[in-house]
Amino acid sequence: MAARVRALETILTQKGLVDAAAIDVIVDTYEHKIGPRNGARVVAKAWSDPAYADWLRKDATAAIASLGFTGRQGEHMQAAFNTPDTHNLVVCTLCSCYPWAVLGLPPVWYKAPPYRSRAVIDPRGVLAEFGLTLAAETKIRVWDSTAELRYLVVPERPAGTEGWSEEKLAGLVTRDSMIGTGLALAPEAA
Amino acid sequence: MDPRPFDEPWQAEAFAMVVALHERGLFTWPEWAEMLSQEVKRPGVAADGSDYYQCWLRALERMLAAKGIAGASDIDGLAAAWQRAAHATPHGKPILLENDPEA
Repeated sequence: MAARVRALETILTQKGLVDAAAIDVIVDTYEHKIGPRNGARVVAKAWSDPAYADWLRKDATAAIASLGFTGRQGEHMQAAFNTPDTHNLVVCTLCSCYPWAVLGLPPVWYKAPPYRSRAVIDPRGVLAEFGLTLAAETKIRVWDSTAELRYLVVPERPAGTEGWSEEKLAGLVTRDSMIGTGLALAPEAA
Repeated sequence: MDPRPFDEPWQAEAFAMVVALHERGLFTWPEWAEMLSQEVKRPGVAADGSDYYQCWLRALERMLAAKGIAGASDIDGLAAAWQRAAHATPHGKPILLENDPEA
């Protein structure tokens, strides 16, 4: 594989389509700079600031961009807010579309065939495998991402966090809670 | 605390080439998603997702062929040259294409 990638880099460099410095910047960005901490800041702000939550609900792309997180593929964002009776779950059945700007690159299981095929057919079973058992009356909405539209789940704010700063709240927001395969941490677990 | 997104350097490079080529306008992101989708839906892909970047690389090669930038034979030939160069390079020295004994 490494030799094929080197071959491609050689061809593309000779044709002036890529350069090594730009490749290094992109790798560094996705390895070190972008990750679920970005999304956690969005969620914590939505929990703390009702006007921001409202903006996020109506125009997630702009509300998220206001914190400096902008997608590079021209994609739009939509926020899916969990409520006491509805839980949201995100998948990409097509390939592996994912909100890179707020969550970084997806975990391996998100890209693997079993999750991609089963999240839609049997979401409750998939959630159980993640250790998340919802009440039978809780509805599950599954959002299928596309190249143009990606989703961020806003988990419910845990009880017992009244008066917490945004920074402290962000520590409760896990990657999985923003995909929908988990919940935000309880204060005692943080 | 966030897991590293790439297991091997070639995966990161293959990833970054696609991002860079898209930013240059070589293809749209929906075009890329469609190409990648065809690869990750092929029969025989690993259920644990471990061959995801192999799929990614195949999709990139097919995209370059579709756009008339590089055909499979160009890539095969150059990959073989890189492999020969790697074998001919003493351990610890940087591998250069000029080290290919058949160059």
